[in-house]
Amino acid sequence: MLTWGNPSRGDDALGPELVRRLEALSAQKAGAWRDHEFLTDFQLQPEHATDLAERDLVLFADAAAEGRAPFSFSRVRPARDHSFTSHAMSPSAVLAVYRQVFEREPPEAYLLAIRGESFELGEPMSARAERHLDAALALTARLLDAPDAADELHGHH
Amino acid sequence: MNSSLETAANPENLRRVVIEPVTRVEGHGKVTLLLDEDNHVQQARFHIVEFRGFEKFVQGRPYWEVPVMVQRLCGICPVSHHLAGGKAVDMLAGATELTPTADKMRRLLHFGQVLQSHALHFFHLASPDLLFGFDAAVDKRNVFAVIEAFPEIAKKGVLLRKYGQEVIRVTAGKRVHGTLVVPGGVNKHLVPEERDYLLQDVDRTIAWSQEAVELARRVYSEGGERHREFGSFRSPILSLVREDGAMDLYHGRLRARDENGAMLFDQADYAQYWDYVHEVVKPWSYMKFPFLRALGAERGWYRVGPLARVANCDVIATPLAESQRQTFLAFDGGSTRSSTLATHWARMIEMLYAAEGIRELLSDPDLLGGELVVKGERQYRGVGVIEAPRGTLIHHYRINDDDLIVRCNLIVSTTHNNQAMNESVRQVARQHLDGREITEPLLNYIEVAIRAFDPCLSCATHALGKMPLEVELLDAGGARLDRMVRNADGGVRHS
Repeated sequence: MLTWGNPSRGDDALGPELVRRLEALSAQKAGAWRDHEFLTDFQLQPEHATDLAERDLVLFADAAAEGRAPFSFSRVRPARDHSFTSHAMSPSAVLAVYRQVFEREPPEAYLLAIRGESFELGEPMSARAERHLDAALALTARLLDAPDAADELHGHH
Repeated sequence: MNSSLETAANPENLRRVVIEPVTRVEGHGKVTLLLDEDNHVQQARFHIVEFRGFEKFVQGRPYWEVPVMVQRLCGICPVSHHLAGGKAVDMLAGATELTPTADKMRRLLHFGQVLQSHALHFFHLASPDLLFGFDAAVDKRNVFAVIEAFPEIAKKGVLLRKYGQEVIRVTAGKRVHGTLVVPGGVNKHLVPEERDYLLQDVDRTIAWSQEAVELARRVYSEGGERHREFGSFRSPILSLVREDGAMDLYHGRLRARDENGAMLFDQADYAQYWDYVHEVVKPWSYMKFPFLRALGAERGWYRVGPLARVANCDVIATPLAESQRQTFLAFDGGSTRSSTLATHWARMIEMLYAAEGIRELLSDPDLLGGELVVKGERQYRGVGVIEAPRGTLIHHYRINDDDLIVRCNLIVSTTHNNQAMNESVRQVARQHLDGREITEPLLNYIEVAIRAFDPCLSCATHALGKMPLEVELLDAGGARLDRMVRNADGGVRHS
């Protein structure tokens, strides 16, 4: 699972905070979840393609300034979009980098886009984003219980 | 120089072209060109919506939190702020000289940061401009086109950046939000397994960095006069240098030269930077304009970053990078010193220096043990300066008797380069836009010039859907003639 965001910028903390809570849950589960790794960063970058190597399943998670609440959950496929124009890439672009650098198909990947509304420095997470985070946490925990359910769940949220 | 283009005589009668934000730079920038009825450029300005909220963010917080807090100032170069803020906190803690282990651990972290930052910029942001030319079709101007046309180059770019990130992860303990720097030192040293892990790929990293310098040199030289003159200007330069005049990205004293290379000052104590650098505010920009006091506000603006550093130092301490520095300065009679596009070449020389520096440090036993922290007598003022990937970075704090921060001043690299970037925009506007219809490729010329500085305009907010590109065409009265938006997913729409 790969999340990104700035923890000091209001709802931009949604991704890193999701990982923080999942790590706590994972400790409680005492190994019940299948092999997994939680990664977090400030921004999605080209070299994150190397983090996807030898993974069975990838879940990207980020705060979203637009889109459905509490979150949208969708399959991500490699795509040469224009997100290279900033230092922050899209998950699709990272998958495309993976395919072209490693000359093989990237692992199956999904995007959990958790709706946020405020991204100011020094602001706490908004109350609405907290509720969205709870919903996202429930979904993610369910996926970690049964990763194969990802294919059924995407598009239903 | 084209300072005459900073303010038009009669802006109310001019057509306005706005590019916002500039793509492939950090965060948001906006270029405004005011054209007369014949499409002659009458005014050119590069606006940066600088983030100034940080000073307020840290007020009232205990000073020892600074090294951790400042990492969240910017998601692009958190390590640079971690180190510069940390050096300021050393001074507050009265730690005047760090232990060898602390100094070298910090230097290793910094080299990792420089390596990964320069690799990202050259291979992923600038390479389309350089490898395909500024006139390339829009669908060529991206890293995927580079991967297709030059797959080995693109792959090495990804892996070089990854190596730099691994140096950061191992040194700071985590991929992000690492906490190597503490007041007066560091909180860890390497263990042999970590050192050996980083040693595995270091020779490859140096070899690829060497290739990158060669590529940058070849691409620049093949461009001939066009590359030499593109957005170029002579200006003073500023950077830290070591006591013996060698390049030093982590610590040193301030040196400045005028536009002809003559020394303005040398070995100046950065803890008194205000004796040498002042800032002025202009009504049309949120960002301050620093200048060298020795030359005054009008003439004293200057350049920082890779080009300034390579031209300013007397030597680079590692052999391969030093050899490349000499080639760089000897090229075309030394014209590279003032050539904006030669910045890419200088940036790759610094990447090679960082790679060699990492190998050198990894063989140093001080990294594997020794005292980590020194203590001293607490001070009320702390100043920390480093040479961040984009240039000189100044952190300045004042605290009260309760150890709480009461004042903070930052001068980031992009602020130092503010006027220099404006000069580049004016040069390009005059060289390539004057008297022509505005077309998308021509607008890209301006972005190519700005990108050479690798400006960091980051607000570090990068949630999905937050990074659009907007191009707006307004008439002299402010009425919108046309608007084009490129969304984060690449979709383009007119409105």
